Amino acid sequence: MRHETLAGQPRIPTEVSAMTAASLNVKPAYLKIANVWKAFGDFHALKDISLDIREGEFVCFLGPSGCGKTTLLRAVAGLDLQTRGSIHQGGKDVSALPPSQRDYGIVFQSYALFPNLTIAKNIAFGLENTKRPRAEIDSRVTELLKLVGLADQGNKYPAQLSGGQQQRIALARAIAISPGLLLLDEPLSALDAKVRTHLRHEIKELQRKLGVTTIMVTHDQEEALSMADRIVVMNHGVIEQIGTPTEIYRHPATLFVADFIGEANKFEAKAANGAAVGFGAASFSCTQHGFDDGAPVIAAIRPEDVIPHAINSLANGAATNTIDVTISEMEFLGSFWRTRLHGHALGNETLIADFSINAARRLSLTEGVQLTVELPAERLLIYPRGA
Amino acid sequence: MAMTIDTALPVGRALRLRLDRDELIKRGLMVVIALYLVVALAAPLAIMLSKSFSTYSFDLARFEFQVSDKDGNWSKPTTAEALNKALNAVPPAKLGTNSDGRLQATSFFPDFSFRSPVKYKIRGTTTDAAYLVGLKLQSGTKWQELTSNDFRRVMLRPSRALGLENYVAYFSTPTLFRSIENSVFIAFISTIVTVGLAFGFAYALNRSCMRFKDAFKLVAMVPILVPSLLPGIALIYLFGNQGLLKDLLMGVPIYGPLGIVVGSVFFAFPHAMLIISTALAISDQRHYEAAASLRASSWRTFWTVTIPGARYGLISAAFVVFTLVITDFGLPKVIGGQYNVLAVDIYKQVIGQQNFEMGAVVSVILLVPAIAAFIVDRMVTKKQVALLSARSVPYQPNPNRGFDTLCFAWCSLVAIFILGIMVTSQFAALVKLWPYDLSLSLKHFAFDRMDGGGWGSYYNSIRLAALTAVIGTVIIFVGAYMVEKTDGFRSGRTAFQFLAMLPMAVPGMVLGLAYIFFFNDPANPLHAIYGTMTILVVCTITHFYTVGHLTALTALKQIDQEFEPVAASLKQPFYKLFARVTVPVCLPAILDISIYMFVNAMTTVSAVVFLYSKDTTLASVAVLNMDDAGDVAPAAAMAMMIFYTNAAARLIHMFLSKALIKRTQAWRMR
Repeated sequence: MRHETLAGQPRIPTEVSAMTAASLNVKPAYLKIANVWKAFGDFHALKDISLDIREGEFVCFLGPSGCGKTTLLRAVAGLDLQTRGSIHQGGKDVSALPPSQRDYGIVFQSYALFPNLTIAKNIAFGLENTKRPRAEIDSRVTELLKLVGLADQGNKYPAQLSGGQQQRIALARAIAISPGLLLLDEPLSALDAKVRTHLRHEIKELQRKLGVTTIMVTHDQEEALSMADRIVVMNHGVIEQIGTPTEIYRHPATLFVADFIGEANKFEAKAANGAAVGFGAASFSCTQHGFDDGAPVIAAIRPEDVIPHAINSLANGAATNTIDVTISEMEFLGSFWRTRLHGHALGNETLIADFSINAARRLSLTEGVQLTVELPAERLLIYPRGA
Repeated sequence: MAMTIDTALPVGRALRLRLDRDELIKRGLMVVIALYLVVALAAPLAIMLSKSFSTYSFDLARFEFQVSDKDGNWSKPTTAEALNKALNAVPPAKLGTNSDGRLQATSFFPDFSFRSPVKYKIRGTTTDAAYLVGLKLQSGTKWQELTSNDFRRVMLRPSRALGLENYVAYFSTPTLFRSIENSVFIAFISTIVTVGLAFGFAYALNRSCMRFKDAFKLVAMVPILVPSLLPGIALIYLFGNQGLLKDLLMGVPIYGPLGIVVGSVFFAFPHAMLIISTALAISDQRHYEAAASLRASSWRTFWTVTIPGARYGLISAAFVVFTLVITDFGLPKVIGGQYNVLAVDIYKQVIGQQNFEMGAVVSVILLVPAIAAFIVDRMVTKKQVALLSARSVPYQPNPNRGFDTLCFAWCSLVAIFILGIMVTSQFAALVKLWPYDLSLSLKHFAFDRMDGGGWGSYYNSIRLAALTAVIGTVIIFVGAYMVEKTDGFRSGRTAFQFLAMLPMAVPGMVLGLAYIFFFNDPANPLHAIYGTMTILVVCTITHFYTVGHLTALTALKQIDQEFEPVAASLKQPFYKLFARVTVPVCLPAILDISIYMFVNAMTTVSAVVFLYSKDTTLASVAVLNMDDAGDVAPAAAMAMMIFYTNAAARLIHMFLSKALIKRTQAWRMR
């Protein structure tokens, strides 16, 4: 594996791994992607991707545009065949099968509803030619319409529905044939923010109810964090990290993941005696990192992990992982304040920290105020530098 | 740390998709339609090109003779070359010939008498030396003994060589190559006049608040419905030797460049107007508001906003008109007089002089400007599409009395010109004997009494148009679907797309001549369709393939690319999707293609003029032939019949579209 967690990287907390093992590990892999490559000429869109997805799991492929997530989904669907590697679904080798011989339902960002067919006929499209009696098809369509909460809309045309409703119809059409695998290609990207949040919840509910193995491609980290059982973070055609939303967020395996999901302050630092780093004029303890003394590293911390204290309320220094800073800018972002902090210990660097409204009120934070901030040792993330 | 150690792609072969039944059917269909285009377009053109480089001459060194005396003693074998040297029976200049050339073997035996008991022997010195004995083609190096009576009927056949001689001959014949200059001159002048008129017309339609816009639009489209011969006939009636308005020209004859230019402006006008109108319609209101807020004068706004915005439309219109005019055959044939142009030269070489090789040379020369114009037009059209996709606010004209009046006057002038030609033609068809007896009668519609095929040719034309519309639309739409909606097989699709675009660059005369070369070859298994309605349908579909193809592509591109994957994931065959979704959604475009094919099949002359037989005479060709025979009034009457038919077809198409759209396109209403 080219993406092993480094020695010294925070291990997955025990309670998380216990839960993962209990809920997921027991089931066998339903979809097995092994050493998949995709080459477009000299460009490699996927590089040696291996991944197991268990039955009933909701997995998100997350990454910036061009990272290969859609390419991987289309390989799974048989729409763009991988150049090398194999894909097994339900124990069957589907690597070279055309889409029609695979077992999945798919929902695209554009919904791809047939504009000249009514909603009911759209949903029934995949049920026809299956030797099902007409009455059975009709009752299945009614059931599906009810399932997606559009029971009385069957006779309308797609253009007469809102974007969110169209999305639900596309979903109903995809699950009508009870596929073993549900593929969602950026299904919510074309919707406005409110509808999107609402549908997120609905899709997740539906997926849980049906127990269908689902892969969703998205570039929206919030969507991935809130919906997925596991997230596959991709960049430049490789998998950066696979993990539960909390693992990914709390323990990003790479600097890219730390940066892409949530935000992170990054400081050029030097490793010191196994569990400490120094940057600016200060030194901080952190969890075991395994770097040699003096090795160049990046120390990162999320803005919301910075804890504010009143100035001089704590003993300063490496023991408490605190530094004194001055607020040079404050920006009100609704549910919290975003501050830009400068201090002697930081040198020329800026530390961005998010403080709750309460904390800001309690400590009377305004621009120019001095305070002490704590960078908790277990929240400091250490990554190698200069790679 | 996720070091991206870039391991290389493992060696091995790329995975290939296992083909399912759908994919096999699709590829099968694409191969069928591609084959159609190869047989109906690429192969004939290739043969024509090779013909233009083929020269034929009698190679006398290839034949050897022996003569016996009365007692049966044979002379020494002598080549025809040696005999000719001694006798100078056939001067070297006469040795060049065409593919049909024959040289009598007895020319080399001055004392030949078919009654003499002398016997002759002939053989080729090479295996491919060919000669006829009577009607039987012989070849080979075996001696053949013939009585003098049989030897009388021995004809040497020429041998074919590849070379530029035909082109050399063309360019050393001033009467021939002057046509290039004439054609380019005519096309150039017609282009300037047409684009100028059309721009003013389109500008008035889009940018003024004048009245009767719909009526003007209707009138502007009329020339599309008639053959290009019609303005020629009408102009002769107006300004010809016995023309009513002849004096207006003050001695300048209408026969020649003047007539061709005026007639060309008539039939090219709607094409230019449509293109420019589209370009003007997409301009952005916000640009004008910006110009107004910067206090630019309207003159300045015109030159800095309007013209640049419409420039691709103008360029495209110019090239389309240029191509239409330079490749048109009917009009210069009718009104050109002694003024030779390329398209008519092809006709004269082939039909008049039976010189097919020279016809091929002129065809190749005519292909050059047509292909050049085509390439420029394609480049420009691509840019225009990019312009279209921008989100813009459509321009809303404001009333302006002086300007609106000016626009109205301009459009009225153009409308009078178009209607004038139509009315003249109608009048000519109905008047008893122009200009002496102006009373009306229907006697000119009694086509059966004239040359040209009579009413039969009219019914043939309707059959041709209907067949072309139905079969052509199916082939074109299915072909476009295969190009647009299949993935994989990329090189095949690119080649197909190229073939589909090619007909636009091929003038009708060239296509027709290429068909003669290809289909009239007895060795061709498709020879059987030569002289039938089938070849006319094939030729007409191919001739007008590109515009239909582009229309279909545009409609298909507007359909979601994900329909096919969705249908496949739902385990539904592609033809179900095609029948239930693709065709219904594209129905308006499909109807447009069919009416386009119908109207053009009715009016076209150029390609089919080489291909009709006495059983398949066509109305448009009848117009040409009756005019040629001096029956100008019946020619005008037949041209008007074509107009009535096309107008009726258009009306039916309109009602049919409306009814169908109302029934099947309910989903378009919100």
